[in-house]
Amino acid sequence: MTELDAGLVGEQIAESGQIAEPDGRGEIGRARRRKEDARLLTGHTRWTDNLQQPGMVHVMFLRSPMAHARITRVDVSAARELPGVLAAYSGQDFADEQGSLPCAWPVSEDIVIPDHPPMAVSEVRYVGEAVACVVASDRYRAADALEAIEVDYEPLPAVMDMHDALIPGSPKVHESGNKAFSATITSGDVEAAFRDAPVVIDRTYIQQRLIPSAMEPRAVLASTDGDSFTLWSSTQIPHVLRVMLAVTTGIPEHRLRVIAPDVGGGFGSKLQVTAEEVLCLLLTRRLGRPVKWSESRTEGNLTVHHGRDQIQHIRLAAEADGRIRGLRVELLADMGAYLMLVTPGVPMLGSSMFNAIYKMDAYEFACTGVFTTKMPTDAYRGAGRPEATYAIERVMDELAAELGIDPLEARRRNWIRHDEFPYTTISGLTYDSGNYEAATERAMALFGYDKLRAEQVDRRDRGDPVQLGIGVSTYTEMCGLAPSRMLGMANYGAGGWEHGSVRMLPTGKVEVVTGTSPHGQGHVTSWSQIAADALGVPFDDITVLHGDTAVAHKGMDTYGSRSLVIGGVAVLQACEKVKDKARKLAAHLLECSPDDLEFEAGAFKVRGTGASRTIQELAFAAFTAHDLPEGVEARLDADATYDPENYSFPHGTHLCAVEVDTETGMIRIRSYVAVDDVGKVVNPLIVEGQVHGGIAQGVAQALFEEAVYDADGNLLTATMADYLLPSAADLPAFTTDRTETPSTGNPLGVKGVGEAGTIASTPAVVNAVVDALRPRGVHDVQMPCTPERVWRAVQGARGGARS
Amino acid sequence: MPRITITVDGVRYEEDVEPRLLLVHLLRERLGKTGTPIGCDTSNCGACTVMLDGRSVKSCSVLAVQADGCDVVTIEGLGADGSMHPMQRAFHEEHALQCGYCTPGMVMAAIDLLRDDPDPSEETIRHGLEGNLCRCTGYCNIVRAVKRGAQEMGREVRTP
Repeated sequence: MTELDAGLVGEQIAESGQIAEPDGRGEIGRARRRKEDARLLTGHTRWTDNLQQPGMVHVMFLRSPMAHARITRVDVSAARELPGVLAAYSGQDFADEQGSLPCAWPVSEDIVIPDHPPMAVSEVRYVGEAVACVVASDRYRAADALEAIEVDYEPLPAVMDMHDALIPGSPKVHESGNKAFSATITSGDVEAAFRDAPVVIDRTYIQQRLIPSAMEPRAVLASTDGDSFTLWSSTQIPHVLRVMLAVTTGIPEHRLRVIAPDVGGGFGSKLQVTAEEVLCLLLTRRLGRPVKWSESRTEGNLTVHHGRDQIQHIRLAAEADGRIRGLRVELLADMGAYLMLVTPGVPMLGSSMFNAIYKMDAYEFACTGVFTTKMPTDAYRGAGRPEATYAIERVMDELAAELGIDPLEARRRNWIRHDEFPYTTISGLTYDSGNYEAATERAMALFGYDKLRAEQVDRRDRGDPVQLGIGVSTYTEMCGLAPSRMLGMANYGAGGWEHGSVRMLPTGKVEVVTGTSPHGQGHVTSWSQIAADALGVPFDDITVLHGDTAVAHKGMDTYGSRSLVIGGVAVLQACEKVKDKARKLAAHLLECSPDDLEFEAGAFKVRGTGASRTIQELAFAAFTAHDLPEGVEARLDADATYDPENYSFPHGTHLCAVEVDTETGMIRIRSYVAVDDVGKVVNPLIVEGQVHGGIAQGVAQALFEEAVYDADGNLLTATMADYLLPSAADLPAFTTDRTETPSTGNPLGVKGVGEAGTIASTPAVVNAVVDALRPRGVHDVQMPCTPERVWRAVQGARGGARS
Repeated sequence: MPRITITVDGVRYEEDVEPRLLLVHLLRERLGKTGTPIGCDTSNCGACTVMLDGRSVKSCSVLAVQADGCDVVTIEGLGADGSMHPMQRAFHEEHALQCGYCTPGMVMAAIDLLRDDPDPSEETIRHGLEGNLCRCTGYCNIVRAVKRGAQEMGREVRTP
């Protein structure tokens, strides 16, 4: 173990499940206020839509009002005549150069990846697909001109229902048919597990379609000097985007720079290669002017990729005492009209997560991806793992109800015990560490579990119209996407490493350059903390650069709770290399052997003497280069690319109490407790914030949000007035705490936190709603659990029918 | 084209504007006040909230001509003498922002709700911020920040 490892990790490694108190010396573990805040709080922001370029013009897109139609005529000539209009184009005008938007994840042998032109040429397949555009001097002129474009459509049948879509002879989204792919994974003898099983639970759940709704709408600005191109985009993935745009547009990669300036949230929705990014590049190439596009929210609801949208058939076989024998999962996953960057990979990310934290002998997962005439789905916070966690955690409650035992007891009888790690699950993943007992115990204590159960009994006995429900979710997730080797096995089109570099400036200040691309996660602060501890340099002497392919030249960007687990470790490793170089220089200047030096508080000290050089002094010595030892170059800078061996597996126990008014269907969250174990924590303030926001989005899926299309394929929730995002008044305060079981897979002991809250909270809330109503014969309420749905479930059960 | 006179963050402007020009577009695209962002087109999100003659408005729902003769304060003009307003500081201290896109509007709405109730309860804060959406924080730390900001502002009033 190096000194660095010892300093960073050795002293702080906790007993499993117990949080070590920060020792007061290190930066890691401190609740540092964020470096990012001052700029954001005073309006000194660089959102893409804020940016101006000399000669800049604005593009707007005309979008299809039809879900499915043949385009028979597009006439842009009248638009071209209007004042301030530089150009107007139809899809036909781009047909030869626009290529096809990429799908990087062909998940199966049988996958069909249809051609996906950025602007529709002959056929539209969802409402909102771009069919024409106008470039004008300002956005008002462009909007006026859009109205002058004429498009004739020949309607084709909308394909809205996944079951119907798979019936032979039904209308097709693409010539090739409506099946995008199928995949099956089997482990153990599933037939045997279900044969003569004393208990079989058989349920079907609907994962409704969601709209990710980052607060910043998308925006793109493209410019060229005739030779090179620069693209600013509100994206999570400047590096991936650069590669993909080079391939798609034919602009050579070395002449394309992609910049993600300030980005206002993403949640997976900006993990995409979009039509608008491609078209803005083509337009700036064609017109020689900087071209900006700014999305309206309504446009965004229609055309930013959606999330979830699965029908989940889940069957669980168990012994009479509740021990699980086997699990069968059959998914229908709505792809929408096309396969975008990782569309088919999303349900497959859940394929090894349905078995969750539970031991079992057999597991089968089958998934069919289905084309419909809707906006494509793709990654949304958790991407495949919230869906899996929802289904298994709902079914564990059903198992408990069937056996008449407490839902937590059903879990205890099946979960991996803390002394069984590392544990290889039935789906083949090896969980490195965890302590489900400790997190659950802590959550129950904070929640007042027994007292709330007693109140529940009391309300039931009294026949209180307002019933109390208690929901449980003991989740895990696979984070840190991802080991490149495993991505290769999954047929993903790229690796999962991350890059970090450290530049030691002459005055001793430090620039950390990261390949991650933060958009709210606070990497500038957390990476500063990591580097401050590793180098012994003050937190305020460090800056972090990111999000520009010309500055951070290598990267895999930010998604899948990967940034700290992979990118943070890359920064740490780069710091170690800097120290190795500095040690050689220090030994030379102090006229001793490198082995005689100890590194403490940012300085190399000769053991037994008072002589020392700080790493910041050594940076200056390297800069002047007046006296360097043989074979040492004139810089301490170093970089590292880190590729993890395994995923990381955060876990936790979330408990939710709801009051359900059985007469009105109204739901009130009475209390919500989350105890998460995300391993070691760099900044507890940022971790808590991530958990809060994650829970809010998961609660929103449970209670509020749903993207609704009508039978003709019109999106009825195209505005923020129709798509219900929760406000402060709709949500309670959340009680959060942590246990700390360090990951054994990386030197920081970290596991990732970005998606945890969202994955955990949805089943906790719905389990609570169902728990409240179970004595009334209710076994399911479809999400979102609106008052109307709750009321109908109660009424339906009263009438004797199962809801 | 109508000519309006408007004061924004202490600077007086005279501008010829189309009658349909939104205040937020005047601020962002004519006056360079890009600290105020746009988050929706149905006045639901509140990201564009500014002070118009001392009360908060969603600047996407106000025409520039309606602001003729008015005094506008944006997030950029909130601090005094180079230091942040107590509510801005409270948002920083309580980690009440992540991506920061809703933050300008949220801070403005928070200050406005304190005019009606300088010492608001959690419930009052939550209802007072109902017109401002945040997708990152789950609102917990925003509520804490508004409480803290209220205390700080009360203290500043008492000890000028």
